[in-house]
Amino acid sequence: MADKRIWVWTEIAADGVHPLSLELLTPARELGSAEAVVFSAAGNGVSETLGEYGASVVHLATDEVFSSFVAEPHVATLAWLIESERPDLILFPSTFPARDVMARLAGTLPRGVIANAAKVEFDGDQLVATVGYGPDSEASVTLNGEAPYLVQIRRKAYGASLAKGTAEVKEIDAVSSPSGNRVQVVETVQEESAGMNLEDASVIVSGGRGLGQPDNFKLVEDLAKEMNAAVGASRAIVDAGWVPYSYQVGQTGKTVKPSVYVAAGISGAIQHIAGMGNSQYIVAINNDPEAPIFELADLGVVGDALTILPKLTERIKNEK
Amino acid sequence: MKVVVCSKYIPDPNLPMTVDPERKRLVRDPAQSILDPGDEFGIEAALKLVEEHGGEVVVVSMGPEAADTAIRRAMAMGVERAILVTDPGLEGSDALTTAQVLSRVVATEEPDVVICATESTDAYTGMVPGAMAAMLDFPQLTFVRSIQVEGSTITVQRDYENGYQSVKAELPVLITVTASIAEPRYPSFKGMMQAKKKPIDTRDLGAIGLDAGQAGQAGARERVLEIRKVEIDKQTRVIEDDGAGSSVDEIVNYLKQVQVI
Ligand SMILES: Cc1cc2nc3c(=O)[nH]c(=O)nc-3n(C[C@H](O)[C@H](O)[C@H](O)COP(=O)(O)OP(=O)(O)OC[C@H]3O[C@@H](n4cnc5c(N)ncnc54)[C@H](O)[C@@H]3O)c2cc1C
Ligand SMILES: Nc1ncnc2c1ncn2[C@@H]1O[C@H](COP(=O)(O)O)[C@@H](O)[C@H]1O
Repeated sequence: MADKRIWVWTEIAADGVHPLSLELLTPARELGSAEAVVFSAAGNGVSETLGEYGASVVHLATDEVFSSFVAEPHVATLAWLIESERPDLILFPSTFPARDVMARLAGTLPRGVIANAAKVEFDGDQLVATVGYGPDSEASVTLNGEAPYLVQIRRKAYGASLAKGTAEVKEIDAVSSPSGNRVQVVETVQEESAGMNLEDASVIVSGGRGLGQPDNFKLVEDLAKEMNAAVGASRAIVDAGWVPYSYQVGQTGKTVKPSVYVAAGISGAIQHIAGMGNSQYIVAINNDPEAPIFELADLGVVGDALTILPKLTERIKNEK
Repeated sequence: MKVVVCSKYIPDPNLPMTVDPERKRLVRDPAQSILDPGDEFGIEAALKLVEEHGGEVVVVSMGPEAADTAIRRAMAMGVERAILVTDPGLEGSDALTTAQVLSRVVATEEPDVVICATESTDAYTGMVPGAMAAMLDFPQLTFVRSIQVEGSTITVQRDYENGYQSVKAELPVLITVTASIAEPRYPSFKGMMQAKKKPIDTRDLGAIGLDAGQAGQAGARERVLEIRKVEIDKQTRVIEDDGAGSSVDEIVNYLKQVQVI
């Protein structure tokens, strides 16, 4: 039996291949021959990196329509490429554009989808993916029907690993969608927080409404600085305008998986936990002993964050 | 302007979630189910659009008969009319089938704007809206945090990883909104009373032109093979601060133990 062809929908960030796409080459390589699909006007020059991380082929389209992200031309081109190449499985990372493309592609082909998979494998020809099912269960799920199967993989489910190979580049042209290009990008605005990238941080200090007022968020930033950590926030204070949206951790914000997550004045609403529940160690500071965050915390501190945070920062500074 | 909001009836996310291992599904107890709180943002955005430009907001939902309680809540906020697709044959539907069912109903309404939440609070897949947009052949504007309509042109700001993008399209479109779009209004007493009298059009599979074999468990491509409990061996240690920072020693020790300082 020929090797299964596993495609990785690959996103290009400002500084090269998006790290979450590189992660997916790891399972792709374990399951068959890993091929990257790159539709980006900035896609030239990434094939070397993709080869190093295990892609044997790069399907590359660098047309102008791919200079800023719009789902429709991606889906039209991808649907055409699938038709002519017939891959077995397409893996999508957990990013906004990947979800956009995967969902629309599912409706276009149509094909079944699995979202938020922690693991993907084949049992013979049957696809088996592991997904979370509530707070304390997980499920093995499969997709029936025709290939390719579309599976979105959770952030950090796999680590990127070097394969030291080289990829063959197959250039293709964008296919325009039957209804034309209906969405026009007017502008793209960067709002990056000054600090460290949340998703890559191994330590995160986050603050919530329990800090009382916007000025007190500085206590979180101070501790983060001392711990060399990134800074996160609950939605309550993002919506209140204390910090930009890029700080938000949770279901509608970022999903993080640091080794240590410190939550100060955060109640632990299920939507917040959706973004940080997989952290390795969780420290929570909250003055309400009944706060749900304590069910998840490894170390729970019942107390006033406004008192504890500055003392903790001071102590860590002195320890150095 | 006609705005259709797709909203979902889900088990209350603040209550512990239970899984039925026999049927390999979430237990959906009507006594503990509500309108997805995430959908209230889309309903609010829809009501604002119509307040500004005139027109009508219609809720479309697929779910059990008891989902009318969720619809009544949307109506209490100000939605005028709703369509509920309900049929025993729909139980166990996956994202693709759900999108098929919803898009068939939405198409008959010929809306200018379709609004969905970014993802549902129970399924978390975020796959239904994009699949629907493809089936309706509407452009999809996703992760939207603000909307502006001028004539037949819609301009939205959409969140992306490091900031936002401003994009423009001609109506009709499907958009998914994030919780930053608007603070949902709280239903007034009068609104709740009026909601009781507003029309809900209930349709079964036959009415939307699908057979039982194409929907529900029978038609689902996604199948659950097995559900397992995962042991979470979290051992929470809770300490109490004396109000003057007595916990700091222990926190520092802990951080050293896990080797981050
Ligand atoms: C569809 C949807 C999506 C959502 N997505 C997200 C998301 O992505 N991320 C997210 O975070 N939320 C999200 N939410 C919101 C979520 O439900 C909560 O409302 C939010 O997380 C609460 O933020 P918080 O913990 O800061 O505030 P609160 O819930 O108000 O909690 C504040 C906590 O601080 C404690 N406190 C008060 N004073 C002190 C003090 N002096 N010292 C220490 N502790 C103190 C209180 O005991 C309380 O537990 C979403 C909601 C919906 C409906
Ligand atoms: N059964 C349903 N009825 C109405 N709308 C739905 C249904 N399922 C999903 N949706 C819409 O699609 C969004 C995303 O759902 P999901 O893809 O399940 O995460 C929801 O927030 C709703 O707006």
